[in-house]
Amino acid sequence: MIAPELAAGAVRLALDRGATDAECTLAESEEFSAQVRMRSLEKLKDAGSCRAGLRVLIGQRVGSSHTSDLSGAGIRQMVESALAVAAISTEDPFAGLPDSSELGSLTVDLRLYSEDIHKFGTAARIQAAMEAEEAAFGTDPRITNSEGAAFGAYTGSRVFANSRGFAGSYRMSSCSLSATPVARQGDAMERDFWYSIARSHANLESPSAVGRRAAERAVRRLGARKIATQKVPVIFDPVTARSLIGNIFEAVEGDGIYRKASFLAGQLGERVASRNVTVIDDGTLPGLFGTSPFDDEGVPSRRTVVIDRGVLKSYLLNTYTAKKLALRTTGNASRGVTGNAGVGHGNFYLEKGDHPPEEIIRGIQQGLYVTELIGQGVNIVTGDYSRGAAGLWIENGEFAYPVSEITIAATLQQMLMDVEAAGTDLEFRGSVAAPTLLIREMTVSGR
Amino acid sequence: MPLSDSFFGQKFGITEHDLDSYLSEALSAGGDYADLYFEYLASSQLSIDESIVKSAVQGVSLGIGVRVISGERTGYAYSDDLSPEKIRKAARVAACIASGPSKVEKTGFEEVRGRDLYPIGIAPNETSLAERVELVKRADRAARAADRRVFQVQASYLDSLRQVLVATSDGILSTDRQPMTRLGVAVLAREGDGVAQRGYSGGGGRVGLEFFEIEKTPEHFAREAVRQAIVQLDATPAPAGEMTVVLGPGWPGVLLHEAVGHGLEADFNRKKVSAFSDRIGQQVASPLCTVIDDGTIRNRRGSLNVDDEGAPTQENVLIEKGILRGYLYDKLSSRLLRSSTTGSGRRESYQHIPMPRMTNTFMLAGDSDPEEIIRSTPRGLYCANFGGGQVDITSGNFVFSASESYLIEDGHITRPVRGATLTGNGPEALKHVSMVGHDLKLDEGIGMCGKEGQSVPVGVGIPTVKIDRMTVGGTAR
Repeated sequence: MIAPELAAGAVRLALDRGATDAECTLAESEEFSAQVRMRSLEKLKDAGSCRAGLRVLIGQRVGSSHTSDLSGAGIRQMVESALAVAAISTEDPFAGLPDSSELGSLTVDLRLYSEDIHKFGTAARIQAAMEAEEAAFGTDPRITNSEGAAFGAYTGSRVFANSRGFAGSYRMSSCSLSATPVARQGDAMERDFWYSIARSHANLESPSAVGRRAAERAVRRLGARKIATQKVPVIFDPVTARSLIGNIFEAVEGDGIYRKASFLAGQLGERVASRNVTVIDDGTLPGLFGTSPFDDEGVPSRRTVVIDRGVLKSYLLNTYTAKKLALRTTGNASRGVTGNAGVGHGNFYLEKGDHPPEEIIRGIQQGLYVTELIGQGVNIVTGDYSRGAAGLWIENGEFAYPVSEITIAATLQQMLMDVEAAGTDLEFRGSVAAPTLLIREMTVSGR
Repeated sequence: MPLSDSFFGQKFGITEHDLDSYLSEALSAGGDYADLYFEYLASSQLSIDESIVKSAVQGVSLGIGVRVISGERTGYAYSDDLSPEKIRKAARVAACIASGPSKVEKTGFEEVRGRDLYPIGIAPNETSLAERVELVKRADRAARAADRRVFQVQASYLDSLRQVLVATSDGILSTDRQPMTRLGVAVLAREGDGVAQRGYSGGGGRVGLEFFEIEKTPEHFAREAVRQAIVQLDATPAPAGEMTVVLGPGWPGVLLHEAVGHGLEADFNRKKVSAFSDRIGQQVASPLCTVIDDGTIRNRRGSLNVDDEGAPTQENVLIEKGILRGYLYDKLSSRLLRSSTTGSGRRESYQHIPMPRMTNTFMLAGDSDPEEIIRSTPRGLYCANFGGGQVDITSGNFVFSASESYLIEDGHITRPVRGATLTGNGPEALKHVSMVGHDLKLDEGIGMCGKEGQSVPVGVGIPTVKIDRMTVGGTAR
């Protein structure tokens, strides 16, 4: 691991050279990936890198810089560079570091790093990817081709120090396994994928489970039809519900709020969703991907209730956006290694409901079960929502046939109010999660 | 330019002998081919927000990527340290992919002869910060002055200068100096207490700062962003269902990028996972459509003197009068498909493995009058501007999101409608093109293309085009 003193040293040097405040981030990472395709090894990648970033204040002026050269000369150049750009910036009365009283780090073991990540050698990692692809081929005779399967492993560390006395660091690990099979029927081809990702090797799903699930997802898309344009109930499966919850994050993060660039600006305390919607941000859940002992300004991570049974309770803020809104930081500062911090999330999720997903599907006479969303058509300023979709058509409570080449549209405001049920199937596969969600009505556009 | 005079020769003392020895190390366990990609990237970013220059960032990133190819296998490693020990270590790691004696017979390097598609004297990042910060200040002032309904303005300026050196075991030695700049303006406007609407405009390319004085000024981008936001203030919900769609010229060329471009990248076709696989010579578009990918247009965002494998870029005909003519190849796919590289091997940085990518993708002009195209449309949607798009290359289904569009009623553009996503199927969509305008326009230089986690700058372009049938994803009937 890189020496944490390097960050404190860069901060001291910046102060010596005329900065009134400074903060330094170091990030180090090692990545490994093995990709197999059609039963043989295709790509192997193994490498690591380090980055340092510095942000300085001269009074109320701010400047930032970064470098991949961590030598003494590289660090000195980074300091001079940040000071030089601070000189051309404008005084910002809201610029600053967190108050000393806000700084700190969680001390419990957050299980972000697991030594067992190194347990498997290259050969065993390749073998796991091979097994995942083989399981996909074995699931259905219509899986005739493959874009491959991959095993990935990552370890990294992050160091942060500032001129208000904060110094902290933590290590992270993760490993992942994915498969992308291609199913064929006549001239039609469909691909889909599935994956497992965990901080510890022990928590990774088996290659056969990943391969089988990927194959099932690809095969069930075969024979897709384009349906007529109509308004129907829409069920988001946990994969697509996760993307919808990601849009909710964009609408509650402080940058968009103080600029009035979100449809949820000015709505604190108001009902913005149905009673079935409770949204939490929690950066303290051990072993998960949105967890950290402190945010990227040195403020401890925490649990924040964002929407409580439909009522907007809190935005997610860093020091700057909190000052702009006359609120307090929620420990959600986020950045790469440099620049003014933006707002990020911890584990951002929609609380599970009490309806098993099968029951939600059974309750629909005619509607759409969405398994894939593509494109960017979400406008957080207005709430307008229109995205490309694929999924399964529901008739009389059962899946009837796959559908594709359609769009689904509404506004996020209406969709939130129209959440009629949340499933029991909440699981974390990354830092954003949601269970199956039923939306009362959306416009499905097709033929 | 001799290696000793090049950036890496001067700054890091790298010699041909060094390159030879690193490549030998990479091929020490066997393999058919190896290459080295040295990169030094200096970048800066300035932004103004609420009329305050809140953020200014400068940085450098340096590294080398080593690749070994053995049959269909690729081994890759990189280092952000250019010391000989670290480069040799990366070479040995990349070599792990191969086994057996190497089949490569190296016979010295041949330097790729230079041409300069971006002949600028002073790169933007070599000018003073004060000069560059003035660009965002001017954009901010112009946007605020353009309309009283504007209440938020953010302008950002980015530039980078990338120095690259590629050395390959088949004897290529190439160097390039790749400048890039972009200025963007985002605004929010509102009438009274009404709903806010946003507008965005931006552009640039492999150009010097004079571009923003002569070709496109900060004021141009500011006024265009404001115009887009103001238009949206009166927009009503977009229609839903299949209808005639007319694309305006320029950035709507993103349709070509999604509908056909990605599906023609040779890696997908080698693996036969693209909806366009095995379809060379077949009709995949109306005879009015000729689609080109050209990496050699001067100063364009998607252009390169040499691709990221050291091969010169070129003009590639993808679709000629509706017939599929060719794919975009990188070195690996051209070796395996016994074709030749089309200069399409690109990568995001030294940390990434190259793959076939687009450069500047556009449709050639036809002979219809753009106004006649509108007049011939009884009912439809006119799309003037788009956000991004996405494609599933296997099924061929794609989407792209209109950010500025209008209803066409009885041959006239009538009223603006809100953003909506359009969807279609790649090999089918362009068969419905019934008119192509004579007004080909390239975009202003903001495109970024993502594939398998790697982003590279690209350009697009299209004349006014009428598509008889396409699904529009609004909410109104």
